[in-house]
Amino acid sequence: MQWETVIGLEIHTQLATQSKIFSPASTAFGAAPNTQASLIDLGMPGVLPVLNREAVRMAVRFGKAIGAHVAERSVFARKNYFYPDLPKGYQISQYELPVVGEGRVEIVLDDGVVKTIGVTRAHLEEDAGKSLHEDFHGMTGIDLNRAGTPLLEIVSEPDMRSAKEAVAYAKKIHQIVTYIGICDGNMQEGSFRMDANVSVRPKGQAEFGTRAELKNINSFRFLEKAINFEVERQIELIEDGGKVVQETRLYDSAKDETRSMRTKEEANDYRYFPDPDLLPLEIDAAFIADVVADMPELPDARRARFESDYGLSAYDADVLTASRAQADCFETVAEVGGDAKLAANWVMGELAAALNKAGVDIDASPVAAGALGKLVARIKDNTISGKIAKDVFAAMWAGEGDADDVIEAKGLKQITDSGAIEALVDEVLAANAEQVENYRNADPAKQPKMLGFFVGQIMKKSQGKANPQQVNALLRKKLS
Amino acid sequence: MSLSTDDVAKIAHLARLAVTPDETGALKRDLSNILDLVAQMDAVDTADVEPMAHPLEMAQRLREDRADREDRRDDYQANAPAVENGLFLVPKVIE
Repeated sequence: MQWETVIGLEIHTQLATQSKIFSPASTAFGAAPNTQASLIDLGMPGVLPVLNREAVRMAVRFGKAIGAHVAERSVFARKNYFYPDLPKGYQISQYELPVVGEGRVEIVLDDGVVKTIGVTRAHLEEDAGKSLHEDFHGMTGIDLNRAGTPLLEIVSEPDMRSAKEAVAYAKKIHQIVTYIGICDGNMQEGSFRMDANVSVRPKGQAEFGTRAELKNINSFRFLEKAINFEVERQIELIEDGGKVVQETRLYDSAKDETRSMRTKEEANDYRYFPDPDLLPLEIDAAFIADVVADMPELPDARRARFESDYGLSAYDADVLTASRAQADCFETVAEVGGDAKLAANWVMGELAAALNKAGVDIDASPVAAGALGKLVARIKDNTISGKIAKDVFAAMWAGEGDADDVIEAKGLKQITDSGAIEALVDEVLAANAEQVENYRNADPAKQPKMLGFFVGQIMKKSQGKANPQQVNALLRKKLS
Repeated sequence: MSLSTDDVAKIAHLARLAVTPDETGALKRDLSNILDLVAQMDAVDTADVEPMAHPLEMAQRLREDRADREDRRDDYQANAPAVENGLFLVPKVIE
């Protein structure tokens, strides 16, 4: 039988506010346990939550970024369950009336086809604390620093048909929330967590199959693996005459498998009701207009602009706009360097490779965008060749100063004086009379390749400083 | 509407209330009466009435996003039954 996979994602993005959603406690990551848990986060009696304006602005910004309707009126509700990292016994969330309604994003599939994925809704809620199950004399340790951190939960339609599509969608949401600056996107620190609802059905069947929910996946690679494992599991189960049960499953990356998390059927009875501590959230047109006014350029628009304004290929524009930091870097390099194509090559090539090798984020690059721009400018104005520029870049990376300092200190300035180059060419031709003879007798189709030998010798003699274009032109003239 | 004994046990469990078997009968009656009252209200035509999320006809006031970085952990943990390395300790929970 032919099976079709159906996937919907729920993504929890931690909003990049200074303080919590309902309390003034700090949201900074990595503080000592419970030093950032206020009376409100601890659920002490008599305290009242007060909503953070910035969290609302961020939710609205996301809504506008995906073309969604922002609710003029939304309501906070209590989601009731008991767990030690949830001191109040309920999580404040939104249920029937979320702040962001239906929207959509576009993903590009492997074959280049663009597919639209629906976003059902996005709602504001508070995060829970953390339980530490290491041994504390047979007890569990609770750190409530994370309790009350603002989350925007983004719920998709069941529009994805493969693990690859789910990953493309998740990456697109990650790209949007980091571009518009509402989430730092740090997956190791849990700022971006994914749940996948996965089911299978015989191809052609209209109804959905029973779904399993894969919880708390914090990397794109694990998302793909977890879904692929789960799809296989469900198909095998059904083909062996079994039935998929609706349940929550956990992905174990060490074993590359999913396993059932809750055995009892009591889950998902959260008894939501409107939180009497919070009044309805009203968002007027002026508030929305204010948010839209400082909305940064979105990735899709930026990609299109990179193609039209800088004349970049679709591929280059796509790679460079993958993250806002990289796109910002490229624009600075292009502006300072005065050559978009060279800037693109350097940002995607040498810079990306060096960052990757050192395991450093582009924001923390030892060679800042402006400094790289100056290096590109020196290639552009023929002070140095592209090859020498790589050595200059390595020196800049090692902290030996800016491009001009390095070029000056190491005497790397390109030789463009035609007399000097001619002398070098003559010297090399004289020393390699046999090769010159071979070249002249060779098949013209093979000559360009043979020319490389002479170029190499001349570049070596000049310690890489001879202008390659001039060397090539002169050689061709002299050998013809 | 009449609730079963199992319904009462389930509701009590969800609320983590320890209800003894001899309390169940009275609770079943009380809860069923509440549901009957709701059913009466349900019969009223409310097609033109906007659902009410809060009895006060006001909107939520918003707070500026400023973090208070004062650490009052010691005060807040003063009445906790068990604390270690700044963590609250609770009976072991295992999924």
